[in-house]
Amino acid sequence: MHPSLTGLVVAVVAIAVATGCGLVWRAREGRVRPASGGCAETLAGLGVEAGAPVTLLQFSSLYCAPCRVARAVCADVAATVPGVRYVEVDADRHLDAARELHVWRTPTVLVVDARGRVVGRAVGAPSREHVLAAVAEVGSVLS
Amino acid sequence: MTLDPRGARFSAAITSVVLVLVLVTGSGWLALAQTVVFAIGAASARYAPYGMLFRRFVAPRLEPPAEREAAEPVRFSQGVGFAFLAVATVGYLTGTTAVGVVATAFALVAAFLNAAFGFCVGCELYLLGRRLAHTNRRTS
Repeated sequence: MHPSLTGLVVAVVAIAVATGCGLVWRAREGRVRPASGGCAETLAGLGVEAGAPVTLLQFSSLYCAPCRVARAVCADVAATVPGVRYVEVDADRHLDAARELHVWRTPTVLVVDARGRVVGRAVGAPSREHVLAAVAEVGSVLS
Repeated sequence: MTLDPRGARFSAAITSVVLVLVLVTGSGWLALAQTVVFAIGAASARYAPYGMLFRRFVAPRLEPPAEREAAEPVRFSQGVGFAFLAVATVGYLTGTTAVGVVATAFALVAAFLNAAFGFCVGCELYLLGRRLAHTNRRTS
């Protein structure tokens, strides 16, 4: 094949792959999905207080623009919904905890219930609606 | 300094066009030019060439941004772009075209994801890289 034609084909394939990845990413981004696990000790080490009805635990990193969006959403929910605490940690400083909790990307927001169990997980900046729904679900299990 | 997020996507769009041209022409010199652009962007958000074009010619025609973002993630991703394009440039200029094509293609995927979807691959790689480095340190 002529070199420039090869280059053109590679460029088209690269753009097709990027578009596919982008569409999948956009569909998954920011959804709060059900999750399980979480070691109470690890969570306590990150500042999750035992007995708080719902904790939103956010892993952030320095090079992360969507982390700011996630922070604004979660801090706002914590300020407006009684019983919700918001804790933000730098993933960089808690790499062991990040591994234990399967955090690969920032922002990742974990929804932790009063017994110190991770019950929800959002990768990417979650929308306010998703966080409110997840928080309401934990609350309804408790009551 | 903080940046208009639309500027980052504008820059990624120009980068995507340049990378397509690199692939089609197979020009090591064009790859080198883009490598220099990435290097400047990684060193300083203020002097990033495409960002300067955005501020000079595009931003004045737009409404002020609703919010601004930190410059560090953008600079970090420019550094990742620099690494890929440096490899591509060496590949093209030494005649190992396959290396040039593959490295440029990866950079194009990243730039296009940023331009079209606002997804910053370089920023995402940061934690991944840190975790892998951390694991290696523990096991070695």
